[in-house]
Amino acid sequence: MLSDRDRIFTNIYGMHDRTLRGAMARGHWDNTKSILVKGRDWIVEQMKASGLRGRGGAGFPTGLKWSFMPKESDGRPSYLVINADESEPGTCKDREIMRHDPHTLIEGCLIASFAMSANCCYIYIRGEYIREKEMLQRAIDEAYEAGLVGKNACNSGWDFDIFLHHGAGAYICGEETALLESLEGKKGMPRMKPPFPAGAGLYGCPTTVNNVESIAVVPTILRRGSDWFSSFGRPNNSGTKLFAISGHVNNPCVVEEAMSISFQELIDKHCGGVRGGWKNLKAVIPGGSSVPCVRGEDMKDAIMDFDYLRNDLGSGLGTAAVIVMDNSVDIIKAIWRLSKFYKHESCGQCTPCREGTGWMMRVMERLVHGNAEKDEIDMLFDVTKQVEGHTICALGDAAAWPIQGLIRNFRDEIEERILNRDIAHVSKPLAAE
Amino acid sequence: MLRRLHEEQPRSFSFTRENKVWAETQIKKYPAGREASAIIPLLWRAQEQEGWLTRPAIEYVADLLGMAYMRALEVATFYFMFHLKPVGNIAHIQVCGTLSCMLCGAEDLISVCKDKIAPNPHQLSEDGKFSWEEVECLGACSNAPMVQIGKDYFEDLTQESIGQIIDNLSAGEIPTPGPQNGRFASEPKDGLTSLMENESGRTKFNGSVQMAEDFKDTIKRINGTEAELVTPWLQSSGKKTSQLRMKKPKTFKSPRKSVPEDLSNLLGLGEKAKIELNNLGVYHSSQISKWDSDEIHWVHSNSSGSLSLNKLKSFVEQAKKLQTNKDG
Repeated sequence: MLSDRDRIFTNIYGMHDRTLRGAMARGHWDNTKSILVKGRDWIVEQMKASGLRGRGGAGFPTGLKWSFMPKESDGRPSYLVINADESEPGTCKDREIMRHDPHTLIEGCLIASFAMSANCCYIYIRGEYIREKEMLQRAIDEAYEAGLVGKNACNSGWDFDIFLHHGAGAYICGEETALLESLEGKKGMPRMKPPFPAGAGLYGCPTTVNNVESIAVVPTILRRGSDWFSSFGRPNNSGTKLFAISGHVNNPCVVEEAMSISFQELIDKHCGGVRGGWKNLKAVIPGGSSVPCVRGEDMKDAIMDFDYLRNDLGSGLGTAAVIVMDNSVDIIKAIWRLSKFYKHESCGQCTPCREGTGWMMRVMERLVHGNAEKDEIDMLFDVTKQVEGHTICALGDAAAWPIQGLIRNFRDEIEERILNRDIAHVSKPLAAE
Repeated sequence: MLRRLHEEQPRSFSFTRENKVWAETQIKKYPAGREASAIIPLLWRAQEQEGWLTRPAIEYVADLLGMAYMRALEVATFYFMFHLKPVGNIAHIQVCGTLSCMLCGAEDLISVCKDKIAPNPHQLSEDGKFSWEEVECLGACSNAPMVQIGKDYFEDLTQESIGQIIDNLSAGEIPTPGPQNGRFASEPKDGLTSLMENESGRTKFNGSVQMAEDFKDTIKRINGTEAELVTPWLQSSGKKTSQLRMKKPKTFKSPRKSVPEDLSNLLGLGEKAKIELNNLGVYHSSQISKWDSDEIHWVHSNSSGSLSLNKLKSFVEQAKKLQTNKDG
């Protein structure tokens, strides 16, 4: 288990002083200038060596992402944009950073912007986080006041502006190019890639979009060394990670742990175990709503990192938002609820997603009641495969995967419900009604 | 999802003086020419001021930012936090219904809302005080089930506690937001398992609740006087990108040859606008035809508000055509 000494977010519950003074007492903003004077290349190399993989869900190596930014400006400014549009069902970790440990993020923004030659950073926070927005803005104001950001930030000679921008309740704006569209004052509809944001992003300028947690861990990694960070977790999955556990555990919580912790240890140690004991565990969604669910018995020995969950269980770590479901849960209804979510949040740009999410939700709704034919299960699976990979952004994939996970893991339950349906109420509606 | 404007709309909208000042500072967060970026924050403030987002408000914000109305309408209808029809005059209760909350009892909360408020989402209660809807994940999953009321999250709810909150609001009280089961924030409810030394020096409220307690404006409409306006980005001059530029155009004390031109030749230029322009020293279409974007902004901000950026731009276009016709 991770010791408190090795935790990056030392005020994640907000019980200590949340002001700049408190943050400095915990070691943040400690001689930030000395990090900056080591230069961009050193920072990017350190980030690569630390093995940090993006914390927003996809797990792309952060240092590598930064290295895609142009070294020399062609006259266009560069931008760092922080994706604080935390909307993936199950995920509630960035909220804790922004309201309780905001200076980790602000300091990270300065260092990351410097490493990418960006004089300007926008933080795009989801609209519903109104108090969190106010907390973060207060912290930014403090940093300006103390000369840590702004002109000649931290006396480093580097001019750096940081702006807080907010959305208005669209899940799709968590997709990086939709976020940029939204930040430009348009509907949040994803852009085709290429060009990638590092070539042409915000206002057509080179842009890197990073998750809050990815940036907030940067200052501590650079202070304590990439070796320290990569000493946690298995190779290729290094570091510490905020886990957000919700659902049927005795004590749902947000907690920072080492990567590659076992699922059982995570739940027993921090969450007081599964409600009703481990035998009562039915299914787990280990990484936020977009990853396929896993049967409880497979999950018990699982290792919570990117590679194990993807390669061994056909799921994913995603944002490390663990949703635990016990035997009282109607798993078909649970996945139907996610289908409803994706139908609601589809931006409507690509036909397979716009039409497919609604279609899949309606079939799922009938499966909940067992009001379907057995071969429709295969048809549904087939349709999810046609949505997956045929849309501009990954929302189509995200809508397809939970259903695929359900059919792969709980087909017996779906079939049983179809068998058990009340014969008197049989009707045979067409799948595509 | 289909979202339309409400059939009954008020006649007009304008920001309060403080909100207008606030809006102008927000626009300066973005580079010149990129004012449209500010649309979501400005629409949101308009909604905070009025309770819901009206058509005049959308158009007012579009004018403020020099955007076509259609572009602003697109934004207003795309984002779900904008209420396009009136909501309860005390509170609109948004119940998170996505998976984690559903597992922990969101459906029970919805049934309380149906009982106490109205059978259907977005329907006003009989006394007009409340309305409710089911929303998608609000991002407080470790504190499920939860609702958002106004600016605040009420977390770790039960049927009893949500009922109590609605009753309190109805009686004119402002309940304390945050976890309702004695938890501080998102730590394990049976006691800390990490960061143990945090037990000492604990403040009374977590960050979000403290903000709510400081401002006491959970459900209040916002007129801009609630908080001191702090705008550090205006002092900092990182890279002079965030300046809204204005330049005074050439004006006359009196019309040339003492005969003012009939400016109403320009489409959309009425009597009121004509007087307005004359007062600023603009009498001829030849003057208007020479305005650049900085000068348009000057005229806009020096007029009493009836001359929108869109209108002014269209006058310039028309005046240019008139001039070329005359010259040719």
